[in-house]
Amino acid sequence: MKAILALTDGTVFEGEQFGATGEAIGEVVFNTSMTGYQEVLTDPSYKGQIVTMTYPLIGNYGCNEADVESIGPQVEGFVVREYSAYHSNWRSKWSLDTYLSEHGIIGIQGIDTRALTRRLRVHGVMNGCLSTDDLNPENLVAKAQAWPGLVGWDLVQRVTCPNPYAWRNSHQEENGQPSAVRHQQEGSGLTNNLLTDNRQATVSNSHKVIALDFGIKYNILRQLTEHGCEVQVVPAQTTAEDILAAEPDGVFLSNGPGDPMPVGYAIETIQGLIGKKPLFGICLGHQLLGLALGGKTYKLKFGHRGANQPVKHLESDRVEITSQNHGFCVDIDSLPNSVDITHINLNDNTLEGIQHREYPLFSVQYHPEASPGPHDSSYLFSRFTEMMDEC
Amino acid sequence: MPKRTDINKILIIGSGAIIIGQACEFDYSGTQACKALKEEGYEITLVNSNPATIMTDPDFADQTYIEPITADTVELVIAKERPDALLPTLGGQTALNVSVELAELGVLDKYGVELIGAKLPAIQKAEDRALFKEAMIEIGLEVPHSGIAHTVHEALQLVQGIGFPAIIRPAFTLGGTGGGIAYNIEEYEKMVTKGLALSPINELLIEESVIGWKEFELEVMRDGADNVVIICSIENVDAMGVHTGDSITVAPIQTLTDKEYQLMRNSAIKIIREIGVDTGGSNIQFAVDPKTGRQVVIEMNPRVSRSSALASKATGFPIAKIAAKLAVGYNLDEIPNDITAETPACFEPTIDYVVVKIPRWAFEKFQGTDETLTTQMKSVGEAMAIGRTFKEALQKGLRSLENGWHGLDNHPLDDLPLSEIPSKLSVPNVKRIFYIKAALTRGMSIEEIHAYTHIDPFFLYNFKEIVDFENTLCEPNTQKHIKQRLQNIGTTPGSQNCGTDADVAKTVLQQAKQYGFSDHQLAEIYDVSEGAIRECRKELGIEATFKTVDTCAAEFEAETPYYYSTLSSEDEVRPSDKEKIMILGGGPNRIGQGIEFDYCCVHAAIALKEDGYETIMVNSNPETVSTDYDTSDRLYFEPLTVEHVLNIYHKEKPSGVIVQFGGQTPLNLAIALKEAGVPIIGTSPEDIARSEDRRLFKAVLNDIGLRQPPNGTVTSSEEAAPIAAALGYPVIVRPSYVLGGRAMQIVYDEALLHEYMNTAVEASPEHPVLIDKYLEEAIEVDVDAISDGNRTVIGGIMEHIEEAGIHSGDSDCVLPPYTLVDEQIEKLKIFTYDLAKALRVRGLMNVQYAIKSDDIYVLEVNPRASRTIPFVSKAIGVPLAKLAARVMAGKTLDELGFTNEIEPAYFSVKAPVFPFNRFPGSNTRLGPEMKSTGEVMGIDTDVSRAFAKAQKACGYTLPLGGKVFISVKNKDKRAIIFIAKRLTDMGFELIATHGTAKVLLRNGMQPELVFSIGKGRPTIHDYIKNHAVDLIINTPTGDLHRPNELLIREMAIAHDIPIFTTIPGAAAAVNAIDALQRGDITVTPLQDYFKMLQ
Repeated sequence: MKAILALTDGTVFEGEQFGATGEAIGEVVFNTSMTGYQEVLTDPSYKGQIVTMTYPLIGNYGCNEADVESIGPQVEGFVVREYSAYHSNWRSKWSLDTYLSEHGIIGIQGIDTRALTRRLRVHGVMNGCLSTDDLNPENLVAKAQAWPGLVGWDLVQRVTCPNPYAWRNSHQEENGQPSAVRHQQEGSGLTNNLLTDNRQATVSNSHKVIALDFGIKYNILRQLTEHGCEVQVVPAQTTAEDILAAEPDGVFLSNGPGDPMPVGYAIETIQGLIGKKPLFGICLGHQLLGLALGGKTYKLKFGHRGANQPVKHLESDRVEITSQNHGFCVDIDSLPNSVDITHINLNDNTLEGIQHREYPLFSVQYHPEASPGPHDSSYLFSRFTEMMDEC
Repeated sequence: MPKRTDINKILIIGSGAIIIGQACEFDYSGTQACKALKEEGYEITLVNSNPATIMTDPDFADQTYIEPITADTVELVIAKERPDALLPTLGGQTALNVSVELAELGVLDKYGVELIGAKLPAIQKAEDRALFKEAMIEIGLEVPHSGIAHTVHEALQLVQGIGFPAIIRPAFTLGGTGGGIAYNIEEYEKMVTKGLALSPINELLIEESVIGWKEFELEVMRDGADNVVIICSIENVDAMGVHTGDSITVAPIQTLTDKEYQLMRNSAIKIIREIGVDTGGSNIQFAVDPKTGRQVVIEMNPRVSRSSALASKATGFPIAKIAAKLAVGYNLDEIPNDITAETPACFEPTIDYVVVKIPRWAFEKFQGTDETLTTQMKSVGEAMAIGRTFKEALQKGLRSLENGWHGLDNHPLDDLPLSEIPSKLSVPNVKRIFYIKAALTRGMSIEEIHAYTHIDPFFLYNFKEIVDFENTLCEPNTQKHIKQRLQNIGTTPGSQNCGTDADVAKTVLQQAKQYGFSDHQLAEIYDVSEGAIRECRKELGIEATFKTVDTCAAEFEAETPYYYSTLSSEDEVRPSDKEKIMILGGGPNRIGQGIEFDYCCVHAAIALKEDGYETIMVNSNPETVSTDYDTSDRLYFEPLTVEHVLNIYHKEKPSGVIVQFGGQTPLNLAIALKEAGVPIIGTSPEDIARSEDRRLFKAVLNDIGLRQPPNGTVTSSEEAAPIAAALGYPVIVRPSYVLGGRAMQIVYDEALLHEYMNTAVEASPEHPVLIDKYLEEAIEVDVDAISDGNRTVIGGIMEHIEEAGIHSGDSDCVLPPYTLVDEQIEKLKIFTYDLAKALRVRGLMNVQYAIKSDDIYVLEVNPRASRTIPFVSKAIGVPLAKLAARVMAGKTLDELGFTNEIEPAYFSVKAPVFPFNRFPGSNTRLGPEMKSTGEVMGIDTDVSRAFAKAQKACGYTLPLGGKVFISVKNKDKRAIIFIAKRLTDMGFELIATHGTAKVLLRNGMQPELVFSIGKGRPTIHDYIKNHAVDLIINTPTGDLHRPNELLIREMAIAHDIPIFTTIPGAAAAVNAIDALQRGDITVTPLQDYFKMLQ
């Protein structure tokens, strides 16, 4: 079936549909990871976005129950150069086509994704409309233009959990989803290695952590748990009072979609926690922390989305290859003097990490939990537990 | 850290002659290293025995030693140059081994030379199987279970822990003979017994079989601050069991999830840290069980490798250059990424295309050897192709090989019965991909093919999509529309009755292009000319577009114009208004066409760039310097076919195209390109054809009064015998239009002639067979010359040591001539001037002459760059290829200042290197068909010492004493007397078989008698096995059916005993030994030799 992707600037890409049918509107962004499309699809930070993968062959290894970052795909639409109908991998359970259609996500393939990426790079991300219903390009361009876009929109409300829940690593019991999050291949080597590799040995769950869910990725929860945290996930609107009342050892500020500015309630909550509990923020959590500390955020031209971004840890002078997914950024010059810059992006010198001089808090713009992407930065989870130990 | 200032002078070791497994990728890496370190202000001393390399050009290092890469010779260089550091990781295994040897011998300590990049313990840990295994276990990684056994009992105990199937690898057997896979205990016991007997040290390695597992490679880099990045991931299409050099490989990895890939990435990072490679690149191989995902580590190369060259070309990330900079102290984040200019080199390239590498083999030259692909590499070259789908890249890659394939073709296996297919699938072989196609065409399922081949179903599915789409192309309805469209070329596609045809044709042809089908394949399907398809698709608006290789999937703007073609909606090439010249490269390496031609292409690019032209390189060989992104102004990584070259031509509109530097590959395109309006510069394609077409060439020679050996041309098998009889045996037979003497033979009688005509060639009016009188015992001479159309200047006259009849690429040769008299040399020059004039040569020309008695015969003229151009250029200190490129672009030799012929006061000897150790069972006899893979050069003021150096560089250290085995054919008995006498006088003991011994006895020598094979013991085989012989002189009788002679040569090769199979070769060896006995070898850099020329 034919599908069309139209952008606000009038560019139209005609391709073939896969996954679900229908119509989707969102901000069109590109991700440069060569692996990990299932993790990308299920990352709640992509809410409101139509994602194109720059790697041209997608679907090769199918989809499985384990490699998910939330209850299901979150993107508004998915754009690839060539969808592989055949999926080959020992863990594969469904084809990508089946997976997307079961979750109602429209896919388009057979378009020149590099031309699309270059357009977004040169002109900045723009809104788009992806449809299999309406194949009139002018209509689609008009729909894309009529869509207000992500700026100023609180997308967190669309992805945060409705009720608090306790996270347990091998089972995830939210919303009656399949409980086996992890693949269970006893003795296969992979299971064990994957979860212990490059990380500290699991200690007894000695830290009680509350994770503010702005659209949290499961791998953050898996990582926290493996680093000895007992994690309680709470909705984004939870107040500082309620959190403090639960007497956690530390509070985690999660990643999430869209613009941090309109998420005022979260900023307020964080302000109520600063200096009172150790804080660790990732991505949107980092931006919200930045705002809470008095900084400003701005929208990047086309964002950072991929698994090859070099970030320098200024203290050790070492470079980490990081996984990233953000369209907004904390303005490096807007931060008060009480905040130290700990990490910067070597590609464009944007801010990647901060810590406070007095208070026990730090945050990074990138994704140390990886998934998809390199595991170079998992030390940050240990740093969080150490910080909790010190307090 | 900034660069180190405590070291000033760095020694770089190259990889020597091109051999299987070690080809021009190490010239690429070495050249990058030399450039990068010179740029940083270091003084560079270079040792490499291979003259055909760019790195040995005198301006790439401060002192360039074209000397044997052996520990004793390199020690002489160290003693003379006193470098501060040695960079051992850029010259392949050869450089690494010599560096380790120098370190272990204490030479490096003695002269205070520091190993940079990788230290001795790291190299040892990575290279020693046992140490490596231990290290892997230490860091919690898995390796295949294995153990060493010296007895059957030990082997039986071992296998209990390893399980079946088990791999048995006897130590030190040629080509891995005696090894195999045992699936049960009975089979195992048999193979172990046999393997122990065959192994000279009675040792077996027993290993858990991971055959059939998925194979992956990661290219890893580490800097001094312990930053580690993965440059490229590679997945082998062929499963474990086929050497990665013999596998079709694809980048990036296609069938691992992010979870699995990151696990592998983490392992790779742990490995490079544990092994302790300080800085630079390493290649790490993994096997993955397709059923469980279990990952095991196979091996690590603590140096840049063939795969790093591939990874560099596949991603645009210059691994060798960066490795060199890291070795002198920089960190990754201090080095800019050349391609984006704005971002640092400390990142992991991400690509938005698919890269496929396909090996090229040369089994046709080594008949009799087992053609099964195994864990020992046998391919001689490779092509790489880039596309936006795997299908596109695969088909582009297949036609890049220039094996006569245009993609995933049907031929030549159509008639194979279905019952024979499984064995062709399960035993890896050169044409397996075509057997897979045959299986798919016959309806075999992907699952079944996977069961036979272990190739991942993902790849098989992609093959199937190509096959299925080809069926669509052939559907009657599609055929009808497309054929009608083809008939209506020239009419508006949109006009009424053409509408549907055009629509169907457009849709179908567009998809065909996205699946990588060539115009040629489509032309065959629709039974029209390639030109008709081209015109038809252009009318429909289907034109190739070009995309950029940019390391970052378009996230940043690319500064470096490195392109590949695909069919898409956007073309990224923005041609400039500068005057441009396009250079067509040589494609994948093969025997007869390799690094020498790439050298010439690179020189053309450098020279024309200097002259202000914009240079455009087109090539498909990832191992080369020509495909480095900064060799030319623009690089197109594309197959060298008419279609692909025209696509680029129409985009760039260069004012000239050079076809005479890339060997036969671009020459084969010349006429078609010219007909399509492409301006070929240099000698015209018509004149080139005059030199290649037998009849036209005869007319040229008659006009200027030169003679050829008597000859005839036959178009059928029946015509051959009378013509050969009239010429008189022996005769040389060959098909017309070949390179490297393909299927060329000396035939001694009518029976052999019949055999040749019936089996080796298919004669037809389109493909005639040429028969020449063989001039026995003639001296062969190669002449390389350059001409601007008016003036011709001789570059070099090379006298072959072996007699005419042995392919010039397989002969040792000497420059300047060592036995020719002035009068002969003068004649050769005049003949060459006349030939250049008659053929209107503009550029380079190579002539091969045979001198018999006082007559000079012209054997062959090639008005193009020859294999000897780099050698001659190094010998005379003049860059002939650069001059030729300038001549082609319009300069005269007077303007260029090259008018005087140079006769150096020193001698340069070129010696060939053969791959026989990879092809047990094949005929090692030298003849008109070229079999060598590479060459070395020896330079000295004394011709015999130069010869000795060349021999040493080939790996044959001439003995200074000991026992010489002599067995020569009757015709040579007279000639051997003098040689044997000299050997006796020099203190050697002689061993001979009956016939030869008798002659030697009668001439006053006392040879020790050995039995001919089958006549008693001991035979020479016993001597060889006991290492009781140091030199062998064995001239073959020419009878192809004498297995004993063959065996002597094969055993000599296996035991590394120098062997000479011609009388002139033996005589040169004796002189060389004499020279060595008289004094030690000294080393002198090229730069000093060149001073002698002034």
